[in-house]
Amino acid sequence: MQGRRKIVTAAGALLLGAASVSGCTLSSGSASSSSKTITVAYQEFGSFIQLNAEMQTLKKQYEAAHPGTTVKLEPIQASENDYYTKLTLMNRSASTAPDVMYEDTFLINSDIQAGYLAPLDSYLSKWSDWSEFTATAKSAAVGQDGKTYGVPMGTDTRALYYNKTLFKQAGIAVPWQPKTWADVLSAAETIKAKLPGVTPLNVYSGKGAGEGATMQGLEMLLYGTGDQLYDSATKKWTPSTPGMLASLNFVKQIYTTGLAPDVQDALNPNFGTTISTELIPQGKLAIDLDGSWLPSTWTSTGAKPWSAWSSTMGVAAMPTQNGQAPGTTSMSGGWVLSVGSHAPDKQAAFDFVSLAENKANALNYDITAGQIAERTDVAADPSYLSTNPTTEFFTNLVKVTHFRPTYPVYPQISDQIQVAMESVMTGQSSPSSAMSTLATQVSGIAGSSNVAAG
Amino acid sequence: MTVATQSPRTARLPLNKGGARRPRRVRRLLGRLLPLGPALLLLAVFFAGPLIWSVYTAFTDMALSGAATTEFTGLENFRRMFADPVFVKSLELTVIFVIGSAVIGQNLLGMLLALILRGRGGAVRTIVNGVVIGAWVVPEVVAGFAWYAFLYKTGTLNAILGHFGLSQDWLYTMPMLAVILANTWRGTAFSMLVYSAALSDVPPELLEAAAVDGASSWKRLRYVTLPLIRRSIVSNLMLITLQTLASFGLIYVMTGGGPGNASSTTPLYMYQEAFQFYQLGYGTAMALVLLVLGALFSLIYLRLIKLEDS
Repeated sequence: MQGRRKIVTAAGALLLGAASVSGCTLSSGSASSSSKTITVAYQEFGSFIQLNAEMQTLKKQYEAAHPGTTVKLEPIQASENDYYTKLTLMNRSASTAPDVMYEDTFLINSDIQAGYLAPLDSYLSKWSDWSEFTATAKSAAVGQDGKTYGVPMGTDTRALYYNKTLFKQAGIAVPWQPKTWADVLSAAETIKAKLPGVTPLNVYSGKGAGEGATMQGLEMLLYGTGDQLYDSATKKWTPSTPGMLASLNFVKQIYTTGLAPDVQDALNPNFGTTISTELIPQGKLAIDLDGSWLPSTWTSTGAKPWSAWSSTMGVAAMPTQNGQAPGTTSMSGGWVLSVGSHAPDKQAAFDFVSLAENKANALNYDITAGQIAERTDVAADPSYLSTNPTTEFFTNLVKVTHFRPTYPVYPQISDQIQVAMESVMTGQSSPSSAMSTLATQVSGIAGSSNVAAG
Repeated sequence: MTVATQSPRTARLPLNKGGARRPRRVRRLLGRLLPLGPALLLLAVFFAGPLIWSVYTAFTDMALSGAATTEFTGLENFRRMFADPVFVKSLELTVIFVIGSAVIGQNLLGMLLALILRGRGGAVRTIVNGVVIGAWVVPEVVAGFAWYAFLYKTGTLNAILGHFGLSQDWLYTMPMLAVILANTWRGTAFSMLVYSAALSDVPPELLEAAAVDGASSWKRLRYVTLPLIRRSIVSNLMLITLQTLASFGLIYVMTGGGPGNASSTTPLYMYQEAFQFYQLGYGTAMALVLLVLGALFSLIYLRLIKLEDS
């Protein structure tokens, strides 16, 4: 009895041992093969399908030029906030960290600080194309240590889109260029009165829209009031200012008086896709405060081809609050390609980045994805300028544009701005109490010595 | 013979003098434990490991991005939590959700169904069981979507109510009621099954005797049936409370915790802080508080329903 039991136990132990050993060999095998594989992580979601198409092309080009190397594409199907979360989770472990990744400039300082990205200076100095990038583009992914951590894929600006057909029906003269916030509101009031069933004005707001709410929404308002989110002279965050209060009041006004979409719809994380593929093409939304990439959804390669868009939709710059100089405002962000700090062969990863950003590929991507070119040779290319009727308009907004204070704590402050917007649009807080909550949260995040008193 | 004459004292003797026997005992014990080894190892790696890790994380400022190092911050996360009005509100909502959907909804409805079905014919039982258990086996996300579609402002319920000139934006104006109803609908089957099994163990003679003594049906339930199944009541309450405390998917699909924070129970707030706002340390600290809340509920149940007759 005893003897047989021993044999069984020993066999069990042996099996377990064998299993763990084979587990080890398996994982070491995949690790050694990954040195010949470059993994590329990027977002593919809703109406944003152009980058995936571009990456498929790049994979073919790269594998043809580097025989023996495989490019493994890892499109992450997630809305904006979830994309950042999934990407940072992948970056936490060397075994899942991608070699090349598509990074939002607003998150880049945070990720540099976390040690997820590799500095590219030594590779960039040997890359002749780098001189073609504009000065703003070169500074887009510079960390606090002065090193460059990414190559910009294109930037963007933001403005008002309006439906000319609906405007004519409501008796508003086109072309339309509001001079103040009040002009925007009165146009929306007119639409509401004349065209029942049409949503007058969309301004992204709340946690569902993620960074889009902060940037396309609150910051497009705030940076037109004379106040900003961060005072670079005193190096302090400025969450409680008259401008912030006015911006939150604007959000409250449009969401509580029926000028904006239903709050319940606006809080849905997929609302951005609904706007660009349904509400606007169906003529159910009159004015939309949105990004320069929006028409790329409606081109023949976009998610919702809509050939009549260029005759139907007009664009107008976002006015400052009371028309104060320079009269209009905009915000710019953009995305870069970065190399992961865990990449086993950083030169190979950078080769992929430089291939993606050479003139031909950058031109193609800027055109299909509706990006504003960051290479001077692409910006001067006739095929880029004739992309669509709005390219020149959005490129000119660069003169009045602002950039976000993308310090490492910015993403957390942006989250709190979305919370403040949501509490105001749902009527759970008044703008002033939402602002004081915001100020408390910002003090907790950035340290009270780095926040200006209200 | 020896057995009969042994006093309790001498019965313990072999243990004390057994110098020669001990190694054999130890060997036998080891022989018995060894087959458990793989299971213990798996438990340690995949269960105890993450548990200990999460306790450790709760006392650090671990973040998904923004810092390369993780620092031990002591009780800072807990201090911040109880100064955070949204967290305190999320605790309140969690308690409301547990009491509303588990203690009252699933528990009472499950008991009621089990009582009604007791002694009914096979066909009735099969049909009712099938319907109720159907709600239970549907995956959480599917159930969430079904309720979302039902309660949405242009959904089924409003389409029906529209014929009577009524309409209500359920998910927006009363999100807590909506998620409580949905969770009751989904979880009642479990309580019903537990109580059906417990009721079948109640000896019919006792009930008949009580009836002969002139006890009304309410008195028979209160003084005969319920005391006999109190153990099942306690275990059922504990199980559904712990399940409901950690409930995430259903609420996330239906309301996402919104509008604002109106239905943001602690698991949803935890998810937001840990995975949307990257504060892993803060999020896991909330998980610990949730654990304490679960223990409190269990204590209350044990006090309310005394298991042993005193």
